[in-house]
Amino acid sequence: MAINVPAETIAEVSLAPARRAWIAAAIKFTRQRPIGALGAAIILVMAAVASLAGVLAPYDPLATDYGGMLAPPSATHWLGTDAFGRDVLSRIVYGSRTALLVGFGASVLGATLGVFVGVASAYFGGRVDLLVQRVMDIFLSFPLIVLALAVVVILGTGVLNVTLAIMVPMIPRCALVVRSSALAIREMPYVEAARAAGFGHARIIFRHMLPNVMAPYLIMLTAFLGQAILLEASLSFLGLGVQEPTAAWGLMLRGAAVEFAEAAPWMALFPGLAISLGVFGFSLFGDSLRDALDPKLRTL
Amino acid sequence: MAYLLSRLRGVGALAFLPVLIVGVVLPSPVMGQDKPRYGGELIFPVPSEPPSYDGHREETFGLIHPIAPFYNTLLRVDPRDPSGTKPIGDLAESWTVARDGLTYTFKLHKGVKFHDGSEMTSKDVKASYDKIIFPPPGVGSSRKGQYEVVEALEAPDPSTVRFHLKWPTASFLASLASPWNFIYKADILVKDIHWYETHVMGTGPFTFVEHVKGSHLVGKKNPTYWDKGKPYLDGFRAIFISSSSAQVAAIRGERAHIQFRGFGPADRNSLKASLGDKITVQESPWDCILLGAINHNKKPFDDKRVRRALTLALDRYEGSKALSKIAIVKEVAGVQVPGTPYATPPEELAKLAGYGKDINAARDEARYLLKEAGAEKLSFTFKNRGIPMPYEPLAIWMIDQWRRVGLNVKQEVIEAAAYYSVLRKGDFEVAMDFQCGYIVEPDLDIYKFISTDKNPANYGAYTDRVLDDLYVKQSRATDYEERKKYIRQFEKRVLDAEAHYLMTLQWHRIIPHSSKVKGWQITPSHYLNNQLDAVWLSE
Repeated sequence: MAINVPAETIAEVSLAPARRAWIAAAIKFTRQRPIGALGAAIILVMAAVASLAGVLAPYDPLATDYGGMLAPPSATHWLGTDAFGRDVLSRIVYGSRTALLVGFGASVLGATLGVFVGVASAYFGGRVDLLVQRVMDIFLSFPLIVLALAVVVILGTGVLNVTLAIMVPMIPRCALVVRSSALAIREMPYVEAARAAGFGHARIIFRHMLPNVMAPYLIMLTAFLGQAILLEASLSFLGLGVQEPTAAWGLMLRGAAVEFAEAAPWMALFPGLAISLGVFGFSLFGDSLRDALDPKLRTL
Repeated sequence: MAYLLSRLRGVGALAFLPVLIVGVVLPSPVMGQDKPRYGGELIFPVPSEPPSYDGHREETFGLIHPIAPFYNTLLRVDPRDPSGTKPIGDLAESWTVARDGLTYTFKLHKGVKFHDGSEMTSKDVKASYDKIIFPPPGVGSSRKGQYEVVEALEAPDPSTVRFHLKWPTASFLASLASPWNFIYKADILVKDIHWYETHVMGTGPFTFVEHVKGSHLVGKKNPTYWDKGKPYLDGFRAIFISSSSAQVAAIRGERAHIQFRGFGPADRNSLKASLGDKITVQESPWDCILLGAINHNKKPFDDKRVRRALTLALDRYEGSKALSKIAIVKEVAGVQVPGTPYATPPEELAKLAGYGKDINAARDEARYLLKEAGAEKLSFTFKNRGIPMPYEPLAIWMIDQWRRVGLNVKQEVIEAAAYYSVLRKGDFEVAMDFQCGYIVEPDLDIYKFISTDKNPANYGAYTDRVLDDLYVKQSRATDYEERKKYIRQFEKRVLDAEAHYLMTLQWHRIIPHSSKVKGWQITPSHYLNNQLDAVWLSE
């Protein structure tokens, strides 16, 4: 006998446990790690602001008003205006897009490439591992900002180039951490079994090794996000990152913001707070995520 | 008066007189009403250091500011003249110009001694100018192109120097007043023509004491200076500080008296607010302007309708009012510094494209021209030089102005050292360019805009023989009115009819200095008035 069940009911039945599990995990994470939850909340707010910038920003971030230059915070301009009469709040709201775009772009690309390099290096071992690790050592010998500066000098400025410039120094850092996990996984019986079964290198790496290094990957990714936002702001502040008139937090701190630091402190204060808050959010969340995913720490 | 002086500058004006004209050297000036006081050491920060000590070779104020006090030049720009356009004698006591305008004869002051005690004669002037105009291979001379008109020079007796020209030119005296043309000792140049790159020894009001690289350079009063009673100072100390905020801090802390290049309006306001009457502010239009170089080799910028639209979109008057509060720019200008003899008066300037007072009408015309040229909603990249002031605020303003006529402009900032190779290669659509001069003189100021095959520094990369012809005509015009007419035609063609280049706003020089500093007059050039012979300290 056939049972007629409405399609909506099937969907509800199949989705409900997954949604419940996700909500339960979130509640558990919030209870166990309230600091991390605070970080996640900051990130969520930032993401919401970035995606709804067109709705939330009271003014066009590029619109100048030469009659209202350097206006202090008021009911009209909540966070004041800059040296061109542009609304500081609107530029901060739109600046979150730049921060997240560059931050996510550079971190996801850098961490992902780093994972591939680290896993491949560990898997093949021998001379390949030796060579890859020495190249990584060369990259690691440069401080993050110096390497990013070098890349941006070669490639030039702009959102894409800055994303690449921040991505490059992240690859060796991620590769190093992932390699140490991958070295242990390489010796696992199921990897040995896969080899014995005659599976190709690509299948072993993608099907058996990569899924097992996801924890360090996620930890590195969140850690890099905060760093990437800070690095983008630093490069833009130095005039080597995103260029005017694009709204970007680091860019808002340079030029007239420095010259008018005494007369119009709001020009530097609010973008500075936005950078601090963004980096703070990612750092809190990243630390808590690391604690949650690290089995050693989980048992403590 | 300015008109009369400007007339006297032209060779044609000289030809009006029945006899050869004699330039009379006025007593060296002291600004202000107070009686000069002797003594004291003038301390001034210099934002960059001299690459060498040779003024003939170098091009930076980093050399002029600390090194000019050790030297004299044949002529100089009158240090009392705020327009910075009037040549007067320095080592030259007087001069005559032949009726045909082809021979200039200068009589030198007698009793002028070099700092080593030897006498300065016409042989030294000739040797110095030979080095500038006809440098032997391997010897750098940055301004020899400005003396292309000189056929030869001679020193018929120890106190006479004569220049023979290939054609008469109205700008010759002005070009001899170049602050870079230090008079060196001939005997030294004969032995080692590079000696002055690493040594300092002139006839100037101060003698060299020491230069500690990265720190300071010191000069002390020349007790045997030929201009009796000068200098007033016991000495000077140039301190090399690259950071603008540190320079301001030095003035604010009264550890330095003056910085001769200039500060921004924010620094001026903060110094005035913190020091009140202890600070005197001198301001002047600056003989520097940022230009929009429009690459004629890139489409659609080969179309003059598009180029006109770019200039029509700029509201220069509103820009002047707004940007002068945050950047070192102010005056709305054509091809000459406002207020100088050949500058176009504001009411005439307003007839040029982009200079009208009705910005809405101008922008309507810009939109119409863009539509007609099929360049509506045109997107392009504006390349800018990686120097913050005033390049950055000007670029933001220009992009904003273009946005208002529907253009979508992205800025790309090129690191300063790499910037000119980008311009030379023509690897841009529209880019920021600049023009700066040591003296306001049309020959020097509008040379920038002649055809690219005649001046490779014309980055618009166009050829315009009408402009070239007008340039030659104005340069050789011996009558003030005639020359002015050609300059106006040149200006109209370059900025309006063809819109080859677009001018932004004239730089504005702001010198907030200790009120103790007297006898120094601001001019439109930061290369002028650095001999310090007339400067004194009130306490």
